[in-house]
Amino acid sequence: MNTDKIIELASREVAALKAFLGPDAPAQGALLPLLQAIQHEFGYIVPDTIATVADELNISQAEVRGVVSFYHDFRLERASRHTLKLCRAEACQSLGSEKLAAHLTSRHQLEPGHGKPDEGLSVENVYCLGNCGLGPAALFDETLIGRLDEQRLDAIVAGARK
Amino acid sequence: MSAVRIFVPCDAAAVSVGADEVAASITAEAKRRGLAVEIIRNGSRGMLWLEPLVEVATAKGPVAYGPVRAADISTLFDANFLGGDSHPLSLGLTEEISFLKNQQRLTFTRIGVTDPLSLDDYRAHGGFAGLDKARTLKPVEIVEDIVASGLRGRGGAGFPAGIKWRTVASAQGSQKFIVCNADEGDSGTFADRMVMEGDPFMLIEGMAIAGLAVGATRGFIYIRSEYPHAIRSMQRAIAIARRARVLDDSFDLDVRIGAGAYICGEETSLLESIEGKRGQVRAKPPLPAHRGLFGKPTVINNVLTLAAAPWIIANGGKAYAEYGMGRSRGTMPLQLAGNVKYPGLYETAFGMSLRELIFDIGGGTASGRPVRAVQVGGPLGAYFPESLLDTKLDYEAMLAAGGMLGHGGIVVFDDSVDMMKQARFAMHFCAIESCGKCTPCRIGSTRGVETLDKIAADIEREKNVALVRDLCTVMTDGSLCALGGLTPLPVLSALDHFPEDFAPRLRAAAE
Ligand SMILES: Cc1cc2nc3c(=O)[nH]c(=O)nc-3n(C[C@H](O)[C@H](O)[C@H](O)COP(=O)(O)O)c2cc1C
Ligand code: SF4
Ligand code: FES
Repeated sequence: MNTDKIIELASREVAALKAFLGPDAPAQGALLPLLQAIQHEFGYIVPDTIATVADELNISQAEVRGVVSFYHDFRLERASRHTLKLCRAEACQSLGSEKLAAHLTSRHQLEPGHGKPDEGLSVENVYCLGNCGLGPAALFDETLIGRLDEQRLDAIVAGARK
Repeated sequence: MSAVRIFVPCDAAAVSVGADEVAASITAEAKRRGLAVEIIRNGSRGMLWLEPLVEVATAKGPVAYGPVRAADISTLFDANFLGGDSHPLSLGLTEEISFLKNQQRLTFTRIGVTDPLSLDDYRAHGGFAGLDKARTLKPVEIVEDIVASGLRGRGGAGFPAGIKWRTVASAQGSQKFIVCNADEGDSGTFADRMVMEGDPFMLIEGMAIAGLAVGATRGFIYIRSEYPHAIRSMQRAIAIARRARVLDDSFDLDVRIGAGAYICGEETSLLESIEGKRGQVRAKPPLPAHRGLFGKPTVINNVLTLAAAPWIIANGGKAYAEYGMGRSRGTMPLQLAGNVKYPGLYETAFGMSLRELIFDIGGGTASGRPVRAVQVGGPLGAYFPESLLDTKLDYEAMLAAGGMLGHGGIVVFDDSVDMMKQARFAMHFCAIESCGKCTPCRIGSTRGVETLDKIAADIEREKNVALVRDLCTVMTDGSLCALGGLTPLPVLSALDHFPEDFAPRLRAAAE
């Protein structure tokens, strides 16, 4: 059912690659942008699209699966409506990010890294958002948040679960 | 009367603490009062504790206010900030703020000063002087000027950039590539991001110069997906540069977006990723300079390395080499982060001590408690105790002190830090991010986490501390790349400098 859409996205990405690098560019070079486009379109890498992706790029399904599983960004399951990526790296640790993680777990039953897709919000771990001077930092969907505190977290959770 | 020019940063850090709301509020308030203002979304000046930092153009130069919240806007108007007048948030003339005034900015000259996406602004502030000059030089002259500058790779390994360019220039290939490593995965670093958001044309110019130098016609900028603002900024800048024919078929650029893998900052893994593969590290040789992207000779450099090229070519390699100490020439954009009172971007010649940076410039901890540990160089960098803070920020001096400068990120911790937890985190991070190719890295790191957990639980403490040290030796000796090879640095520095944190605590508390 998704096949037509996948073929369309694949031809777009392969064409862009070849326009940039020339006709001899290996189509596999379009794999990451294509997977990103699929995830953008459907919210996750719909498992039954993998065969089409492999066909379109002339690579094996195992190759595609290997890539999908290698990168932390790719999901094989539907995502929540909202995603909060909480920075767990050192600079944010020094500013109390671990307390925020504990707060999410104890107060909201949202354990970072163990998202439940049917909830309005899934919380993931991320290791540095480049906001290390104004931590603790988090990325709520595409919004970067600095100097995050429990109050702000509570508001985000409440808003996302509405 | 012409509109007053007001600067409100578009930098992600400033936005993360409300810069967009501040800009919107200024627009609304000016409209309400019938005043003409022009808002410019500049990059960040790098004084992060003052963000959102609002600047007003006056005859004497920009006047600064900060940190500004949207709720402050009406009182700022009441106080006539449009005329540069005084207000409780006044900071005076921006250029006179000591944090900024005492820097030696060669790379960050325009950042915070110009509109990042205005080519006119870029040109008016010295932009394209390097590329224009490079067009009059022979490729070999460009390469030799970079060699003469002493510029070393700012991504971490510190390899001389000129030597790398020379290798690619002399390599044979039907096509060659310039790849910019904008994966900036190290905790405590944000300089690459600030360049991409605050002066993207400088990076484009640096890559175009590299292209001329080595005979490459295509380039990729690989940006981590955790940087949505930087991605948008670079994509827009490339589109503008294409329209202005700064980029064309003779040299063109494209952005590639990472997919959440720290290891893709490692150069060969990054190339695999662009090729559409798992980001697994390649064995070297062949070097990317000989067989890199799609098997073609490739220059791969960090954002800051490439961004230094325009200044060097415009002013000469010798002028750049006059800054710095020993074999670390030029300036380094240092990034002061974590629990520090005045966090930010501080560009200065190599040679400042950690102590000066953290106390004189950074003002000590934000919490007001004593500094206990400082991690330099990201998650693979060593933890420095107070007794080593006189170490100079220079590649060799850091190495001699058992650490590394890396990408110049400095993360400060106060005395509430538990160094056993930090050692455990280093192993944990390695386990999460290992590409899986070598056993010592993949399995050793997981064993490291388990063993440190046993030490924490006071199970056979001495035996397990010895085991952690053994694991570190195996990882150091048996890893293909620096992820497995350098994870022992934070672990061993924690053990060596903070042994008390690995001592039996329950018993100590009971005694
Ligand atoms: C695990 C690992 C992660 C790395 N991450 C980055 C990174 O995020 N950015 C970067 O520029 N270099 C990174 N490097 C260094 C690159 O492998 C390489 O040395 C660099 O891109 C070369 O450019 P330079 O000489 O301009 O520094 C990393 C290396 C390793 C081993
Ligand atoms: S050290 Fe780790 S990350 Fe590096 S190549 Fe080996 S397994 Fe991969
Ligand atoms: S460590 Fe959290 S943003 Fe960099």
